[in-house]
Amino acid sequence: MSVGIIVLIVVLVVLFLFLGFIWMSYNGLVRLRNQVKNAWAQIDVQLKRRHDLIPNLVETVKGYAKYERETFEAVTNARNLAQKAVGTGVGSQAKAEGELSGALSRLLAVVEKYPDLKANTNYLALQEELTSTENKISFSRQHYNDSVLTYNNKTQMVPSNIIAGMFGFKTGEFFEVTVAAEKEVPKVSFT
Amino acid sequence: MWEQIRSNQTRTLILVAAMGLLLLLLGYFLGEALFGSGIGGLVVAILIWVIMNLFAYFQGDSLILSISRARKISRDDHPRLYNIVEEMKIASGLEKVPDIYIIDDPSLNAFAVGRDPSRASVAITSGLLERLNRDELQGVMAHEISHIKNRDVLLMTFCSVLLGTIVLLAWFAARMMLFGGMRGGGSRRSSGGGGGYATLIIIAVAIVLLIVAPIAAQLIYYAISRRREYLADASGALYTRYPEGLASALEKIAGSTQELKTANKAFAPMYIINPFRDKGRAASDLTSTHPPVSERVRILRSMAGGASLAAYDKAYHEVSRSGKGVIPSSALVGAAAVAARKPEAAEAVPEKVERVRETSDLLWKYSDYGLVNCECGTKLRVPPKFRGDSIRCPHCGRTNTIPARRKSTG
Repeated sequence: MSVGIIVLIVVLVVLFLFLGFIWMSYNGLVRLRNQVKNAWAQIDVQLKRRHDLIPNLVETVKGYAKYERETFEAVTNARNLAQKAVGTGVGSQAKAEGELSGALSRLLAVVEKYPDLKANTNYLALQEELTSTENKISFSRQHYNDSVLTYNNKTQMVPSNIIAGMFGFKTGEFFEVTVAAEKEVPKVSFT
Repeated sequence: MWEQIRSNQTRTLILVAAMGLLLLLLGYFLGEALFGSGIGGLVVAILIWVIMNLFAYFQGDSLILSISRARKISRDDHPRLYNIVEEMKIASGLEKVPDIYIIDDPSLNAFAVGRDPSRASVAITSGLLERLNRDELQGVMAHEISHIKNRDVLLMTFCSVLLGTIVLLAWFAARMMLFGGMRGGGSRRSSGGGGGYATLIIIAVAIVLLIVAPIAAQLIYYAISRRREYLADASGALYTRYPEGLASALEKIAGSTQELKTANKAFAPMYIINPFRDKGRAASDLTSTHPPVSERVRILRSMAGGASLAAYDKAYHEVSRSGKGVIPSSALVGAAAVAARKPEAAEAVPEKVERVRETSDLLWKYSDYGLVNCECGTKLRVPPKFRGDSIRCPHCGRTNTIPARRKSTG
């Protein structure tokens, strides 16, 4: 076998491996990016569910606690703002949701003054829904951040970062909790 | 990170390969010893294994659920349980909420089935459902969903089929040797000289394998199962961000002396706790599908405010004082530190009496009993065979109309 053929074979093998590497990395990146997108959609589903629950909650509480108008208004306003913030980007949406959580926790603090309300079966069912929705929001946020971390690692680490640069894969943004109130809030406590 | 947990479990893979090798060896040597063809033995062994696998793959989950007499519930039947499972589905990133089943049994246990995440189910006994608060229930469901997510159900089904084939093969071969006599038992091949000697060795190996293979396979099976339990505990803590929930649930479960009547031995690794456990077994027991509960609880409580897989691994080192970790190192690379969260407010969960009432209402409903709430606060249970549209309350004398009953499922 002549040297030329050997060189040709080596070049072909290297080229093949290189193309294989690009192919695998590219697909891996696409899969992770889709996972991030999907995780974000999950947060949206839960946030929407929370927005839908709030009017219900306000109505139920209103029946028992008539003199807390300011609190109701604050919650309703925060909810409307949060609803408007849907789709405006990770950062601003996180901020609006944080404010809503703050208002919601003040409403739930009000409930503590009304023992009759706390015994209402309608309210108890609503309370379980609310607790669970808050949990689902934080779990979907947790899953989203986990997915972003995996994706960002892949786009920044050698060697897949080369492929990420070539095809313009941008790093994802974490869903950070911006408002201090949100950090303590979603615990629904009534005593 | 998640794919790595599944694919890079090298030790699990080695153990499974060892079991497979045992099966092949057993098949080959038994074939040589019984009908003079090692290849024939191999073919028989593999054929039995394939048939059993196909059955387990396509029928396994429905079989287990029907043996356990589990009943599927919907969201309205038990909103809290459904919500918790959905929360864990979200936290783990499963594609679909698993079907939820309830087993009417006072013992405390739970399990997961389903060969792939898109067709999975979790089941819980009514006893456990009554006993646990929200955080504990979440911990248990996180553990079960980890089994689904980590593909443990598939892995353990595969392993138990492997084990079953080995045991079956050894059992049949032992009977054939005892009653049917051995090929070349000295008479037919003795004239061959060297050939007879070789035959003797083959028979000796076959007999040794016959005795050793089932025991070895069983031990390997237990070892795999224990590793997956640790991993499911670790992922459960990661998903809930609250290791204490699972720890205190495990304590409650371990403290119970009720036995699950419908438990199945082949399926023991899928339960949250070994349904066949004996009290007071040695901590380092090799013949158990689950690590000792006290150790699992201690590991979870030693996670020191963390909830990541790395924190679990560290706690495992401290508790077991073993040099080897329990989480594959590839899963720990690039993982961020994760802090545990605070417990759920106690008031968000009904008291125990309420939970018992809730669960028994559910079970009555599944026995086709109707429920009528009388205005005086009395709950009236209407038997399935009751004819008529109204019922009189024995306390206050009001006449209540019976709402149309739904058709029972299962």
